Amino acid sequence: MLYFSKLRIVFITFFSVLFILIASSNLFKFDDNFFDKKINLGLDLQGGSYLLLEIDNEPVIEQKLQNLTTTIRNYFKEKNIKINNIKIDNQNIFFNVTNDDKQSVLDVFKDENSDLNPYYPRFKSHQLEIEDTGLNLKVNFSRQGLIKLKTSSQDQAIEIVRRRVDEVGTNEPNILKRGNNRILVELPGLDDPMRIKSLLGKTANLTFRFVTNDENDRFGVEKLKFENDLEEATVSKRIIISGENLLDAQPKMDTQANQTIVSFTLDRVGAKRFGKATSTGIGKQLAIVLDGKIISAPVVRDTIASGSGQISGGFTFQTATDLALLLRSGALPAPLEIIEERTVGPDLGQDSINAGMIALAIGFMLVIIFMFVKYKIFGLITNVTLIVNLFILLGVLTLFEATLTLPGIAGIILTVGMAVDANVLIFERIKEELKDETNNILAFDGGYTKSRTAILDANITTLLAAIILFFMGSGPVKGFAVTLGVGIFTTLFSVYFIARLFTSIYVSRNKDKEKLI
Amino acid sequence: MIAFNKYYNHFNLLSSVLIVVSLLLLIFKGLNFGIDFKGGTLIELRASDSKINVSSLRDRFNQMDLGDVSVKKFGNDTDFLVKFENKDNKKNIIEEIKTNLDKSFGNSYDFRRVENVGPKVSAELLKSGVIAISLSLALMLIYIWIRFEWQFSLGAILALFHDVIVTLGVFSLFSLEINLSIIAAVLTIVGYSMNDTVVIFDRVRENLRKYSDIKIFELTNISINETLSRTIITSVTTLLALLAIYFFGGEILKGFSLAMILGVVFGTYSSIYIANTVLVRLRVSQKTVLREDDQK
Repeated sequence: MLYFSKLRIVFITFFSVLFILIASSNLFKFDDNFFDKKINLGLDLQGGSYLLLEIDNEPVIEQKLQNLTTTIRNYFKEKNIKINNIKIDNQNIFFNVTNDDKQSVLDVFKDENSDLNPYYPRFKSHQLEIEDTGLNLKVNFSRQGLIKLKTSSQDQAIEIVRRRVDEVGTNEPNILKRGNNRILVELPGLDDPMRIKSLLGKTANLTFRFVTNDENDRFGVEKLKFENDLEEATVSKRIIISGENLLDAQPKMDTQANQTIVSFTLDRVGAKRFGKATSTGIGKQLAIVLDGKIISAPVVRDTIASGSGQISGGFTFQTATDLALLLRSGALPAPLEIIEERTVGPDLGQDSINAGMIALAIGFMLVIIFMFVKYKIFGLITNVTLIVNLFILLGVLTLFEATLTLPGIAGIILTVGMAVDANVLIFERIKEELKDETNNILAFDGGYTKSRTAILDANITTLLAAIILFFMGSGPVKGFAVTLGVGIFTTLFSVYFIARLFTSIYVSRNKDKEKLI
Repeated sequence: MIAFNKYYNHFNLLSSVLIVVSLLLLIFKGLNFGIDFKGGTLIELRASDSKINVSSLRDRFNQMDLGDVSVKKFGNDTDFLVKFENKDNKKNIIEEIKTNLDKSFGNSYDFRRVENVGPKVSAELLKSGVIAISLSLALMLIYIWIRFEWQFSLGAILALFHDVIVTLGVFSLFSLEINLSIIAAVLTIVGYSMNDTVVIFDRVRENLRKYSDIKIFELTNISINETLSRTIITSVTTLLALLAIYFFGGEILKGFSLAMILGVVFGTYSSIYIANTVLVRLRVSQKTVLREDDQK
């Protein structure tokens, strides 16, 4: 156990120096970009905002079912199959069939090449499930159908969220999917997430619809409130143009009226429809509706064929900018709810870093002093190993660009405290061996060999805890699991290679010395 | 040699009492869950005006109709921690509070940390915390089962349960807050306690093979003594590191390091006085380990 080949010594030295260099790249900037990786600071250390958004898919499902009833009705009409009484209740579509048609209706839904009911061969499942309850049939989304629907609305939502966050221009945002109905947004360096929160909280569903007094409007009507929550207007459900028709939107200063407005440009389809609507609707009020509230309802004075227009509604420059941003980035497929928020101000982050570093320095000093007092020369060896271990640990974290959090720093300090364990186990064993073994080298050899199982056991148990924590924990706690887990490997390396190397050099030079340890 | 075995019975009694008391506390008093597990809103606030203190803040917050609001000093005199349930999960609650506080205090305060955990998320976090702890106990059980004879496994697991339950009991007794980092601490305690027990057990097994004529009662005592200096040194260095975190690592890590300190103390104690006494009570002998060796 005490013999080291030259090659191995070279390897150990090289490895240690390499990681010390990597670790120090966090402190210095190397000129030649030799290594420009850095440990990432977690949001709790650099300050920033962590937002967990949940997509409320209920409206999407409702909407899809609405569309489906139309599709089903038309589909069977075309095939001359009679279905009637089609209605939606509690996320199920119900309709009646005649006894003669029943089987053919069921066949349509169960056909693997059905146009009406897409089949997912991978999951061996249709989009829709049909339940045979006599002459009244029940159709609803299958499990796979719902999953598909959720993932697709998540895909759309994450795209919109990304656009909105990018438009605000925070540095290096992190936007990730979580499950099939959540989106995680990490915004480093942002200490006041108020604006982003309000931007993400809006669906930004924009429609232009005529104000009407005709209760019997062909498309139906609804009463909508204005933004100020005071006035109301009856608005047709017929949509002239919607947010999808927008090419661009920008905040502008209207110098004539001396107010901030949002000017927009429409795509070709939108421009055509807008032109037609404004030519036939001169004198009518056109309501601009955002997320179910009327921003404003100007009277159409002229045909607008240019495909561009403007929205006024008593905006401040900030609200106009935000509205333009929302319109540019598009509407969310479904409303988002912020179900978890954690924001740390940058000065608290800095305080945490300072406190963590002081705790690390003091913890380190205490352990080093204790080990030196207890073991003298071998304490010194342990301490040198401990320092190298710390650098290797930081080096590994740097190499993988791991995220360091406050609990992560605690994990490093704890590693320092527990790292001596392996060396202590070895040294204590050597002491015991020396009681009846006069040959120093043999005693040391025995000490290393016989303590090995205990050391492995001890480290595996801690590693198990760290692994579970890594998979179950979230955010800062995950950082703790990382440093604790990586710390175990670097500790084993430094104990079995670095400390053993020093020990072997010392012991072979003091072969005959009594009371070596 | 210290006669640890002289007190086996005394300390078994003490541990039983501790466990029963802790369980009673956990059942009847319960744990003081933080917003991570209960849901709600937390605001860490730093004041630059001495006008802002616990009672003036409490006044302001109570006027805002937020339900049960707790206002506490956090570390030094200028920092405060405000917590409330936010039952309706109001969207713009933070903005509302800011506007409200601005009226009374101007800009002589600053929100340093804001956490808002919805009821769904907190329920999930609690669930995954419980799963994590159960899973780690199960994994330790499996590991120790593979490595040792069943008598040893039982001893180690009893020691683990003791450490976890008594640590949580202390948290219940003093109404200390249970948050995500406490779960991390408990898991680390599980790892540490196991580590400590395994080192002594390793020695017990080695000695069982070596001496056929020494009774387990004596043998455990010999093994404890042989590994004693390692037990002490490792506990001391770990505690030194933890004390450094407790006193210098800032307020946020206080609960975490306190749980760890308790865990290390209980873990060290239980390795000696629970794990080993199980071996004695199960009358483990040389046969126990030799039989296993034959099978291998």
